[in-house]
Amino acid sequence: MLFTSYNFILFLLALFVLYYITPKKYQWLLLLAAGFFFYSFSGWDNVAYITVTIAATYFTAVKIGQLYEKQESYLRENKASLTREEKKAYKEKIKAYQKKYLLLCLFFDLGILAVLKYTNFMISNINSVSRLFNGREISFLDIALPMGISFYTFQAVGYLVDVYRGKYPPEKNIGKFALFVSFFPQLIQGPISRFDDLGKQLYSGHSFDFRNVSFGIERILWGFFKKLVIADRILVGVKTITQDPETYQGIYVLIGMIFYAVQLYADFTGGIDITIGIAEVLGIKLKENFERPFFSKSTAEYWRRWHITMGTWFRDYVFYPVSISNVMMKVSKFSREKFGEKIGKRVPVYLSSIIVWFATGIWHGASWNFVVWGLLNCLVIVVSQEFEPFYAWFHNKFNVRDKFLFRVFQVGRTFLLMSAIRMLDVYRNVRVTFQMYGSLLTKWNIGEVFNGALMKLGLDKSDYIVLVFGIIIMITVSLAQRSGSVREKLYARPDIIRYAAYVGLFVSIIVFGAYGIGYDSNQFIYNQF
Amino acid sequence: MKKAKKPVKLAVTAIITIAILALLQNLLMPKYMTEILEGALITEYYREENRNHDVIFIGDCEVYENFSPVTLWQEYGITSFIRGSAQQLIWHSYYLLEETLKYEKPKVVVFNVLSMKYDKPQKEAYNRMALDGMPLSLTKIKAIQASMMEDEKFITYIFPILRYHSRWSELTSEDFKYLFRKDKITHNGYLMRVDVKPVTTIPQARKLANYEFSDICYEYLDKMTRLCKENGIELVLIKAPTLYPHWYDEWDKQMEDYAEENGLLYINFLKYTDEIGIDYQTDTYDAGLHLNLSGAEKLSRYFGRILKEKFSLPDHRTNEELSRGWAAKGVRYAEEIEKQYAELEEYGYLKAFNSRRDEE
Repeated sequence: MLFTSYNFILFLLALFVLYYITPKKYQWLLLLAAGFFFYSFSGWDNVAYITVTIAATYFTAVKIGQLYEKQESYLRENKASLTREEKKAYKEKIKAYQKKYLLLCLFFDLGILAVLKYTNFMISNINSVSRLFNGREISFLDIALPMGISFYTFQAVGYLVDVYRGKYPPEKNIGKFALFVSFFPQLIQGPISRFDDLGKQLYSGHSFDFRNVSFGIERILWGFFKKLVIADRILVGVKTITQDPETYQGIYVLIGMIFYAVQLYADFTGGIDITIGIAEVLGIKLKENFERPFFSKSTAEYWRRWHITMGTWFRDYVFYPVSISNVMMKVSKFSREKFGEKIGKRVPVYLSSIIVWFATGIWHGASWNFVVWGLLNCLVIVVSQEFEPFYAWFHNKFNVRDKFLFRVFQVGRTFLLMSAIRMLDVYRNVRVTFQMYGSLLTKWNIGEVFNGALMKLGLDKSDYIVLVFGIIIMITVSLAQRSGSVREKLYARPDIIRYAAYVGLFVSIIVFGAYGIGYDSNQFIYNQF
Repeated sequence: MKKAKKPVKLAVTAIITIAILALLQNLLMPKYMTEILEGALITEYYREENRNHDVIFIGDCEVYENFSPVTLWQEYGITSFIRGSAQQLIWHSYYLLEETLKYEKPKVVVFNVLSMKYDKPQKEAYNRMALDGMPLSLTKIKAIQASMMEDEKFITYIFPILRYHSRWSELTSEDFKYLFRKDKITHNGYLMRVDVKPVTTIPQARKLANYEFSDICYEYLDKMTRLCKENGIELVLIKAPTLYPHWYDEWDKQMEDYAEENGLLYINFLKYTDEIGIDYQTDTYDAGLHLNLSGAEKLSRYFGRILKEKFSLPDHRTNEELSRGWAAKGVRYAEEIEKQYAELEEYGYLKAFNSRRDEE
C-alpha cells in the first residue's frame, strides 16, 4: 500500500477516526493492528520476517534484562560480603553472558537482512569473478526484499544494543515492543526512532488535540505536495537522462544531477513529512530527519542535516563501538608507533569512518554503486578534514568566511558535490557514472539547452511551470524555517490566511500532482533501502 | 465564544474547498462539445424533460449512429431514446438499462448484440464515455466496478477531478464556454452525420479460434432478459446492418438460439439490407462501419414498422403535448441537417468529426 495510494488515504482516515474513539488505554493495540494490517499488503512472507525479528529481539532483550536484574539482586544481597574485585568479576561474567545473547541476536537480525538483501549481490560478484576464469555461474535466488527491512532491523538492533548497554530496561510486553518496531508510518522509510524516545509516546494514549491534528494534517499535505507535485513530476526528466547515458551527456549530466537532487529531496523529505504528520495526528512526535540539508556549507554539515536519524544511528551503533573496539585500540597503538603521533592518531578515526561509510553505502543498496557512493562521501569528508589547515590559512588571509557571497559559494559547492555523488543512485553502474562525470567536464554542449532540448526530456512547458513554482515554494518554506517553524508562524496568522493556505495546498496537490493514469505509480525512493 | 467559532470556520472552509474542487472538476472534465462528441451522449438523457419513451435503445455506435428517434416519431409516432455510447460493453448496457428503469418503464428495450464479442473492458476512454455521464447512484457504483480496467481506480469515477486533473495544461476556450451549460449534441441519443463515404472493399473476416460468446456476456444478457421480464418490457435483440466489424454466422446462430430459448425477438438486419433499402454507396459515412443519416432513416423506417406491428406501439402523434415537444425536436433535427450539409459544402468535411475516430 503506497503512501500515495487512495487505499492508504482511506486507511488513514479510518484509523484517525478509530484512534480517537478508542479508549486511550487501548490505542496502542489499534496502532499495532493497523501496522500489521498495513504491512500485510506487502505480502504475508514479509509479515513473517518482521515477526521473527520482533520475537528474536524481544526475547533476547528480556533475557539481557533478566541478567541485569540477576546481577543487581546478587550484588544487593551480597553487598557486604563481596570485595570490589569480586563484584567486578561478577559483573564481567554477567556482561559476557549478555554479550553472547546480544551477538547471537545481532547475528540473527542482521543475518536476515544480509541474506535477503545481499545474497544476490554476492552471487553477482562471485559470478563476475567466475566469468574471468570461465567458471560456472551460480543462479540468483528468487527473493524479494521485505518492505522497510533496513529500517525496522536498525530500529530493533538499536533497541537491543541500548538494553545491552543498560540505557533502559527491556519492554516486558511483546505487543508493545512489536508496535515500536512496526509503527506503520515510519516502517518503510524511517525516521529510525529510539525506544526511549518513541516507546512511551506510543503506549501512553492520546486525547484529540485540534492543534496537533491540524499541524499533522498540514505536514501530511506538505509532504504530498513535495512528493506528487515536484518529485514525481521531475522524475520523468531524471529517468530520460539517466537511463540513456549514451545520448544524454555533457550539460545533460548536470541537468540530470540537479533534477535528481530535487527529486530525491522532495521525495524523501516529502515521505518523511507524511510520516511525521501522520504520527502528529496520532499525538506522537517523531524525530526530525532533515534540517534544510541543501543549505549546508560543507559535506560534514550536510550529513548532520540529511537523514539525521540514520546518521546518528550509524554514529552510535557503528562508529563509536568500532572506534573504541579492542581491535581499533590495537590499530591505534600500532599506527602511532609506526607512523608517529600526528598520522598515527588519524588512522583509527579514518578506518572507523571508512567502515561506517562502507556500511552506510551498502545499507542503502546492494550494489557497488552504493558502496562507491558511501566511500566517496567518506573521501570528501576526510579530504575536507585534511584541508582544515589550508582553510584556516585561507580565511586568515582573506577574511571572507562571513561574507554572503562566500557562504553562497560554499552552499552551492556542497550542493553540487553531494548531487554529483548521488548520481551513483541512478546510473546503471559505477563505470557509467564516472564516464558521465568525465562527459560533464569534457563535453561542452551547453548550447543545446537553448535549442529546445529541455522540452525533449519528457517534460513539457506546463511541467516546467509547475516545477519552477513548486521549487520556489519549497525553497521559500526552507528559508522561512530558518527563523522557526513555518506551521507555528502560520498558526499565529489570522485564521483566514491559515485556512486559505490549507485549501491552496490541498487544491494544488489535487490539480498539479503527478498521479493517476499517465503517471507511474511511484514508490518512495527510500522504500527500497 | 471563540470555541464555538471554530467548527463554523472549519465548516465554511470545507464548503469553500468542496465548491472550489467542484468548480475545478467541471472545468477540467472534457466537454465533448466540438470533438469526440461521443463523450457527451450518456449525460443527455438526464436533461430530457419528458422521460417517458416507448422504446429505449442500448448499445454501442451501432445504435446511436444507425437509428433516428425523430424518424421513428415522424413516421410512426413512436417515442424513443438511444442510450448509446462508444464501444458500450454489455455490462455498461445492462447498468444503463437498470439506471434508465429508475426514470421510466419503456414498452420495448432494443439491445444491439455486437458487444457480446467483448468479455473484458477494452479501453479506459470507453468506460469514461459510458460512465462519467451517469449520476452517482448504486447502479453507477455497480457499473464502475464491473467496468474498470486494471489500472483504473474506483474513486476517480466518483471524483473525476482525480482523473482529469492534469488537463489543466490543455484547457481550451471550449472548457470555459461549457463550464456550466452544455449544448445538446444528439437527437434523442442519435448522433447525426450526413456525409458519405461509400463502401469500396470489405476487410476479410479473420478466422477465430473460438466463436463461443463468453460466460460473462451471457451472464449480463441473462440479467438484461430477467430485468426486462420483471418489468414487463419486451427485449429485442438486434444486429445493426453495418458491414464490419464482421458478424460471424456462428455468433448469429448463438443469438438466434438465445432469442428462441428466451422467447425474444432477434433481428439481424444484415439479412434484410435489400428490404431496408440500404445502399452502401450512399448510406454510410465511413465505408460500412456506420450508417449516415440516409441509412439511419431507412433503417428506422424499417424497424419502426416492425416495432409497431409486433408490439402494438401506439401512435402518439395525436397527443398534442408530445407532438409539440417532438415538433421542436424535428425543427432542431432539420436545422442540423441543413447545418451539416452547409458545412460539407464549405469545408468538404464535418468539422466535429474531423479528428481521428476510433473504430467503433
